[in-house]
Amino acid sequence: MPLSDEDIREILRIIDESSLTELQIETEGFSLHVRKGGGDAEASGRPRVREISDRDPVRQAPGGPEASAPATLPTAETDGLVTIPAPMLGTFYRAEAPGKPPFVEVGQRVEPDTIVGIIEVMKMMNSVTAGVSGKVLQIFAANAELVEYGQPLFKIGPA
Amino acid sequence: MKRIKRVFVANRGEIALRIVSACQELGLETVVGASEVDRDGLAARRADRAVCIGPAPATDSYLRDDLVVQAALGTGCDAIHPGYGFLAESPKLASRARENGLTLIGPPPEVMELSGDKLRACEEAARAGVPVLPGIEIAAGDDAHQAADQIGYPLLVKAAGGGGGRGIKLARDHDELDDLLTLARSEAGAAFGDERVYLERFVSTARHVEVQVAADEHGAVLHLGERDCSVQRRYQKVIEEAPAPNLAPTIRNALTAEAVAFATAIGYRNLGTVEFVVDADTGAHFFLEINCRIQVEHPVTEAVTGRDLVAMQLHLADGEPLGFTQNDVVFDGHAIECRLNAEDVARGFMPTPGTLSLFAVPDHSHLRVDTHLCAGAVIPPYYDSLMAKLIAHAEGRDATIDVMLEALEDLDVEGVETNRALLISVLAHEDFRRGAVSTDWLERAIV
Repeated sequence: MPLSDEDIREILRIIDESSLTELQIETEGFSLHVRKGGGDAEASGRPRVREISDRDPVRQAPGGPEASAPATLPTAETDGLVTIPAPMLGTFYRAEAPGKPPFVEVGQRVEPDTIVGIIEVMKMMNSVTAGVSGKVLQIFAANAELVEYGQPLFKIGPA
Repeated sequence: MKRIKRVFVANRGEIALRIVSACQELGLETVVGASEVDRDGLAARRADRAVCIGPAPATDSYLRDDLVVQAALGTGCDAIHPGYGFLAESPKLASRARENGLTLIGPPPEVMELSGDKLRACEEAARAGVPVLPGIEIAAGDDAHQAADQIGYPLLVKAAGGGGGRGIKLARDHDELDDLLTLARSEAGAAFGDERVYLERFVSTARHVEVQVAADEHGAVLHLGERDCSVQRRYQKVIEEAPAPNLAPTIRNALTAEAVAFATAIGYRNLGTVEFVVDADTGAHFFLEINCRIQVEHPVTEAVTGRDLVAMQLHLADGEPLGFTQNDVVFDGHAIECRLNAEDVARGFMPTPGTLSLFAVPDHSHLRVDTHLCAGAVIPPYYDSLMAKLIAHAEGRDATIDVMLEALEDLDVEGVETNRALLISVLAHEDFRRGAVSTDWLERAIV
């Protein structure tokens, strides 16, 4: 079933209003790949839309559209920066306990297994690890704030 | 409203939107807890706020009572409306909400616990003087054949933790029973976390009639009439109506009185539905279960009583008295609800998720449409296939059927397969027109 221009406009509108940074949709004979912010999209001021033929390597990717990265893996952006999203909804804490120093500060180097924060769900503490190596450039979420699933917590850049 | 100011909606689809609308009419704020794929759904957009509680699979989002309570607390809500399905009848959510000072829109956890245990609920019903079907629990090692002979074939194998039409199997003889028991036990364990199964007498020509009950915190319990939900496929309702057609007044009075007696006996609170099976041949009726939630088919009761049931749930949860008596409940006309599903009837009712290229519902004065969808909306593959509920309300049953037929014909839907043609053939069928079809009719006569 081909998508109409109307469909694409609607999809773009939804993405625009959402917190998604990237979306890939594939229907029979049609593929839509949109990325918000950064790179080409930013340069042209519009999300990219392209048609992909049946022979396009993207369509042959193992697992198809489902194989795209889940929202909670660090998301690479075109500028080489990576966002660490909240792996679950809960109360975000930057330190182990009140009065203790934060796990990480801006400028600090992190490794994939570095604990960068804690998310509490009903008294259960879940540590959040960086998942990548690099340097903390920005901290988006405030201490003791409710974070949603997939909400950006940190921006990581090259060390 | 005294205590409740902000309501967390722990559901999706049309019912989430229905709850948001009801709250807004009462001046309450709403927060919708949506999964990743529902973030931009109509309910999430209409609400004052939406939070993403987890990824698309329900086990990681809509079925997580810990996330729901955490999200409700974190967004400053004082109440949770669980809708239907998902956590709607979860005693765990109810107790967790209570422990955290949140009001759950529904009965207290103890009542949910009892209602969720179909065996215990039947015992309580019998104790309250409500007729129940002969049923025998079969534990591992029990002589199932002896129990089956006592009940008589054909019989139903049911999961004690089931309900809502799930976990039911029909056995016609000892051989079938042996095969089904093992399967039923493992399925019940996996699906409901409760391996207990029981045998129950099967009523071959049965009608499904349920009674809407309402109870406040001050001891008042009353009913809002009955609904007939006999048009079913595999124990799942397809078309519901109120009042039940061709139901003898004596049976109607017995059902409503027994539903109120049972709700009173178990200390029921808020809105609930007491389900009965009515033997179409003899008129004998038996208690099936009580549902501790707003039902999918609640709009037919709203149509004939002129009362907003979701608003009533909120008022009752806030501790208000019902504010009316049984005599104040009057019924007007006839109402029928059709469930429009995204499914391919020709391919074994396979769900047909996809993008709606066109979806326009007719604007008819006797028609109400509850839906969360519009043209361009995506029906994700993760949840049930309900697209919309069409509710027709007119003077008599024939006129109501005509309104519904016209509505179904005028409905514009493209992009996904739906069960519209099936709904039309049911409504146009002379058996249905005559009223009082039985629960096996749809699969026998139409499918």
